[in-house]
Amino acid sequence: MSDLTKLTLKGAIDGLKAKSFSAVEVAKAHLDAIAAANPAINAYIQTTPDQALAMAKASDERIAKGEAGPLEGAAIGIKDLFCTKGVQSAAASNILRGFKPPYESTVTSQLWRDGAVMLGKLNMDEFAMGSSNESSAFGPVVNPWRAKDSSQNLTPGGSSGGSAAAVAADLCLAATATDTGGSIRQPAAFTGTVGIKPTYGRCSRFGIVAFASSLDQAGPIGKTVEDTALMLRSMSGHDPKDSTSLPVEVPDFAAFVGKSVKGLKIGVPGDYRIEGMPEEIARLWDQGIEWLKAAGCEIKSIRLPHTKYALPAYYIIAPAEASSNLARYDGMRFGLREEGGNLTEVYENTRAKGFGPEVKRRILIGTYVLSAGYYDAYYLKALKVRRRIADDFEAAFKEVDAILTPTAPSAAFPLGQRNDDPIAMYLNDVFTVTTNLAGLPGLSLPAGTSQTGLPLGLQLIGKPLDEGTLFSLAGAMEQAAGVSAKPAKWW
Amino acid sequence: MAIDAATVRRVAKLARIAEPEERLEPLARELSAIISFIEQLDEVNTDGVEPMTSAVHVTLPMREDVVADGGDAERVLLNAPKSDQGFFVVPKVVE
Repeated sequence: MSDLTKLTLKGAIDGLKAKSFSAVEVAKAHLDAIAAANPAINAYIQTTPDQALAMAKASDERIAKGEAGPLEGAAIGIKDLFCTKGVQSAAASNILRGFKPPYESTVTSQLWRDGAVMLGKLNMDEFAMGSSNESSAFGPVVNPWRAKDSSQNLTPGGSSGGSAAAVAADLCLAATATDTGGSIRQPAAFTGTVGIKPTYGRCSRFGIVAFASSLDQAGPIGKTVEDTALMLRSMSGHDPKDSTSLPVEVPDFAAFVGKSVKGLKIGVPGDYRIEGMPEEIARLWDQGIEWLKAAGCEIKSIRLPHTKYALPAYYIIAPAEASSNLARYDGMRFGLREEGGNLTEVYENTRAKGFGPEVKRRILIGTYVLSAGYYDAYYLKALKVRRRIADDFEAAFKEVDAILTPTAPSAAFPLGQRNDDPIAMYLNDVFTVTTNLAGLPGLSLPAGTSQTGLPLGLQLIGKPLDEGTLFSLAGAMEQAAGVSAKPAKWW
Repeated sequence: MAIDAATVRRVAKLARIAEPEERLEPLARELSAIISFIEQLDEVNTDGVEPMTSAVHVTLPMREDVVADGGDAERVLLNAPKSDQGFFVVPKVVE
């Protein structure tokens, strides 16, 4: 039998249905691959082999009875931000080390409902705060990709670095991820995988550890556009437990892959051509435009004039929400407790010990911008700028059906390179953060490689709830790009 | 506006994070750099702009005010650092 870890999600589901192999075999092949790779890649914080094999066995029984769900027997990885019943869900933080939720997140419960099999919990930046996976309390993830003729370890991006690395290295068929400012799309671009952040409200946030609630959204990372479409369908849907989840129908997203994109109008925002954009990123973008033209799309130049202010607005809004959300980690009801002389000292010691430097930095910024005397100048100002950014998109979408941009301003960079400069790290999200602020869907797909042979991604941005069009466009571009390269195995 | 060590001390107190004295200066520098980055927003004219507090145009739904879950102290206490006879055990609050 050929290596089952090389399959796409779609290939695995079809093969399982045809009984070419069993779900237990798929799970075992992945668990073996993880055992061999994880010491080098560190994509998984923990594997859950007993659970995986039990779930796979149940899948095999359902397949035998002809009761297979849409993802029956598919071995997937779950970002550590998702609460999984009885399995440590630590958000890659020391403050939640050992936390075993007595409940399941809505998104993961829907994946299990549809037959998926859990391989384990995937590494990430602590509380999803980071763009390089280096803020994890469980150590950084290493990108399976290396530059040509180099043995230097690169970042897989963040915060969903474990999800992206695991998919790229064939350590799962697909993975869940979350995106607050680019945390699905930037790692997808850095690892040659596909990632989509759907419209805000498409997926329930219930049971996902909160970072910035008005921006956080779950989505999948997969090997192909079709794979992410299959995952997103199962992950989506209204949930009474999250009042911001939208009460709308979930389309069959995979049916949009392969549909003609002829006549669609694609906006290309000149405002994304930032100063100092590397030549290879600009070239890739031009290439993407050519592919869409060849597929029959009409390209239109558009303006998104407030793009430049998206990151500064984000770095007020996200930390402000985070400082409020993370106030719950007080050492009383769950998580770490560090003793002290009185109640205040217990709080202060618990949080000093439990949170890492980047999380503390963001809590302090958030507390500062919300504090008396600064609220109007910073927080309220940022909310108004957010409105202007959303208005830019609304105006653009009167003219076009979707927007094409690069995903990230560079290819994957070496671990350790940008640790000392928070602003340099934040700039990773310059092209992705706008869609979080506006609540729009954004998809990143591999479109080419850098001069040093590293994957580069392009991003498609869509109208609210129009993920379908993104899947059609991404499908057409995936075909044109013909990127099927995998990282050379060095681990 | 630059943030000084005294401001960091005050904000850390508000955020209930113990920061040792020697960390205050370095943090003041880091936070000042971030604040000066976000102060670019002053360039944007926001006169008459409504603050955007939600990413989607929906009114939050109401639901019946009935008990939907609960009554399970054991599960609630499963992850408590300290508990006793169905209660969380916390440091003394009132002397």
